[in-house]
Amino acid sequence: MKRFLSGDEAVAEGVRLARPQVISAYPITPQTVVVERLSDMVANGELDAVYMHVESEHSALSSAMGASATGARVFTATSSQGLLYMAEVLTYAAGGRFPIVMMNANRSTALPWNIYGDQRDSLSLLDHGWIQAYAQDNQESLDMALMAYAIAEDARVSTPFMVNIDGFALTHTYEKVDVPDQETVDAFLPPYRTANRFDFDHPVNMGYSAGPQYNRFYKYYEHHDMRAAIPVIAEVEQRFAAQFGRAYPGLVDAYRCDDAEYVLVTLGSIAGLARTVVDALRERGVRAGLARLRYLRPFPYDELPQAIGAARAVAVLEKDISFGGEGTVFTNVCSALYRAGLVVPALDFVGGLGGDDITEAQVETIFARLKRAAAGECGPVVSFCGIDDGTDAAAGEAAGAAPAGAESAADAAAPSSGATVTASAGDAPADAEGKEAR
Amino acid sequence: MAVNARTISDDELFFGHKACAGCGGALVVRQVLKVLGPHAVSALPAGCMSAVGFNFPQLCFSNNSFITPFAATASVISGIEAGLRAQGKKLDDCTVVGFAGDGGTADIGIQALSGAIDRNDDVLYVCYDNEAYMNTGIQKSSLTPFGASTTTTPVGSQEQGCPTQKKNMFEIVAAHDIPYAATASIGYLPDLLRKVEKAKGIHGTRYLHVIAPCPTGWGHATDVPIDIAKEAVDCGLWYLAEFEGTQVSGRPGGKFTLNRDPKEFSDVVHYLRGQKRFRHMTDEQIQVVVDGRDRTWERLRAQWK
Repeated sequence: MKRFLSGDEAVAEGVRLARPQVISAYPITPQTVVVERLSDMVANGELDAVYMHVESEHSALSSAMGASATGARVFTATSSQGLLYMAEVLTYAAGGRFPIVMMNANRSTALPWNIYGDQRDSLSLLDHGWIQAYAQDNQESLDMALMAYAIAEDARVSTPFMVNIDGFALTHTYEKVDVPDQETVDAFLPPYRTANRFDFDHPVNMGYSAGPQYNRFYKYYEHHDMRAAIPVIAEVEQRFAAQFGRAYPGLVDAYRCDDAEYVLVTLGSIAGLARTVVDALRERGVRAGLARLRYLRPFPYDELPQAIGAARAVAVLEKDISFGGEGTVFTNVCSALYRAGLVVPALDFVGGLGGDDITEAQVETIFARLKRAAAGECGPVVSFCGIDDGTDAAAGEAAGAAPAGAESAADAAAPSSGATVTASAGDAPADAEGKEAR
Repeated sequence: MAVNARTISDDELFFGHKACAGCGGALVVRQVLKVLGPHAVSALPAGCMSAVGFNFPQLCFSNNSFITPFAATASVISGIEAGLRAQGKKLDDCTVVGFAGDGGTADIGIQALSGAIDRNDDVLYVCYDNEAYMNTGIQKSSLTPFGASTTTTPVGSQEQGCPTQKKNMFEIVAAHDIPYAATASIGYLPDLLRKVEKAKGIHGTRYLHVIAPCPTGWGHATDVPIDIAKEAVDCGLWYLAEFEGTQVSGRPGGKFTLNRDPKEFSDVVHYLRGQKRFRHMTDEQIQVVVDGRDRTWERLRAQWK
C-alpha cells in the first residue's frame, strides 16, 4: 500500500512488519518519531512487543542485548550523542554476536551542539563490529529495516545491523513509500531462530572473558563472518526482489559508471542530488558517474573498484571528517582503490556538516576538480565544501564557461546557487583553485 | 518450607571459580543462587565475580548466566526478563537476577538500576558490597566507608583515608517505592536466605544489599569474614532491615522494618582495629564514625520501629 511517510515513519512501518518482540529505546532528535510510532503501534495492539522505556541509550542497547540473549528479535534506535553514549555496548553486542537491528538517524556530534544531519556519528564507529548500511530514500529505509533482520540473523552472519538514515533529510522528509502487507513480509522474514541464547534445558554462560590464547579466534570470526555477510546480502536482496518486486544492487549502487571518466563516491540521501548533477553533466558531454556506497561495513573492496572501472579520477563526498586525517569514507575508498591497483587521482570533499546544504554547484565543482586532477593538477586532497573547494569558479568551469566575476579567492568562496556558506568571505583561506580558475 | 541451613540445596550453581580465599562476594552469589534454583538467569557486570567466574573455558555458573557491561547490570537483566516474557519462555520458577558489587551498583550502575526500578521490571538485583573496587585493586567507591584506606584514598600527611561517608543505597532504592528491598550481611546467613526467599516470591523489582567482607581489600584473615560481617552489624555500622513498597505492604509510601535492634552495640574500635584498612584511624576519626552511627540509629529507631 502506498503511503506518504517520513523516513522515521517508514522505518517504524518496516520494524512493525518485522515483528520484533522487544523494543528498547531512548528518545533523541531526529530519531524520536520512529520510537513514537512504535509506541503507538504497541499501545494500539498493531505490534505485539514489549516496549521498554529505558533511561539512556546505554541501557537501550544493553536491554536489547539482554533480550537478544534470550532469542528474542529486538529493535532499538538512536542518533548522534546517543549512539556515542552506547558505543561501549556496540562492541559488546557485536562480540556477543547478537543480531540486533538499530536505526541510527545520522546527526552531527557536539561541540558545537547541533541537531542536524551529518554522518560523523556512525562513521566514527565503523570499527565497532556492526554492519553499517546507509539508505538514500524512505523506501529504502523501510526495505533496509526488513532486510537488516534477514541479514543480521542469518547464522552465517550473526552480526548486529545499523540502518543509517540521514537526519531530517530523510527522517523528517515525507515521500511516497510502498508499505508491504504482513503476509508477504512473514513469507520473507521467518521468526528468529538461534542457538546463541539462554537455554533452560542446557544452561549456558554467555558474554564471558577470553584471554590472549583464545581472544584472536573470536575476533577472527567476527571479522570473517562480517565479510561473509556480502553473499548473504546478495541472497537476501534476491529474495526481497522476488517477494516485493524491488531490486537492490548490493553494497554499491553504481549510476552511469560504465564509461565514466570521473566518478563521485558518496552515501546516503545526497546521492539523489548527485545523480541529478551527473545527468546534467552527461548532457554537456562530461562522462560523469556516481557510486553510492550502500554498505560501509562490510566494505565493498571488490564491488567499488568494479563500479569505478576505468575512471580517470575519483572523488568522495562525505558528511564526515576524521580531524587531523581525512574523511573516513575517503580512507576506506582509497584502500579499496589501492587494493584493486587503481592508481588514479582521488579527492575528498567534506560537506553537509551540521546539516549544511550541499548544493548542485558544489557537486559540479567536485567534477570540475576531478577533471583537472585527471589532467595532472595537484590541488588539496581534502577540501571542505563551501570553504576551500573553490565552488564558484570551478562550477563555472564545469559548465564550460569561466565565471567573469571571480576576482579573488575570497570571491570564489562566496555563496552560489543558494549555498549557505558559514565562513565569511574574509575568513576563507587563500585558494589556489580559485585563483587558477580565474 | 523455609530455606535454612538444614533445608538449603546441596546443588552448587556457582563453583570452580577462582575467587580469593574467604571472599564474601562469592559466598553471596553462591547462597543466593542456591535459594533461587537452577532456573535462575543471572547477569554480572565487570567486577570480581565475573572476573573469577567467567574465563573461557573455565565457566563457573551452571545456570544461564551473562557478563554485562559495567554500567548495565540492571538494564541487561531487564532486557533478559523482557525477552523471556515476550516469547512466553519465562518459567514460573525463573528469577532473573543481577549480582553487582558496590561500584557497579552505587556508582556506574545506579542510573540503570533506577531505570529498572522505575519500570518495576520483574528482576532481583543483588549488591554484594565489599566497600571498594576490589577487582581493580581496592579503589574507593561511593560505598567505601569514612576513613577506609584504599589505593585511591591512601593515608598520607594531608589525607587519612576515605573522606566521604557511605552512600545510603538502601534508602535511595526504597525512595523509588520499590516493591521489596532489604539489607543483609553474610554474618547473618539465615536472615539473608530468608530475604532471598521472600524476594523470590515477589513480582516487580527487588533489591538486596549484602555486606560481603573482602579479606584482600579489608585486610583481615581469610577465615574470619563471617565474623567480621556479623560484627559490622553488631557494632551498629551496618543494619539489617527491609522495605516493603506500597505494592507489597499496602501502605502508601511503603514500610520499613528494622530486623535487628541491638540493645547494646559491640565495640566499634574492635571492629575497626580488626581490619588493616582502618588501623591508621585516629581517635578523632573514630569518634566521627561513632557519632554517625548513633545519629543513624536514632533516626532508624524513631522512624522504622
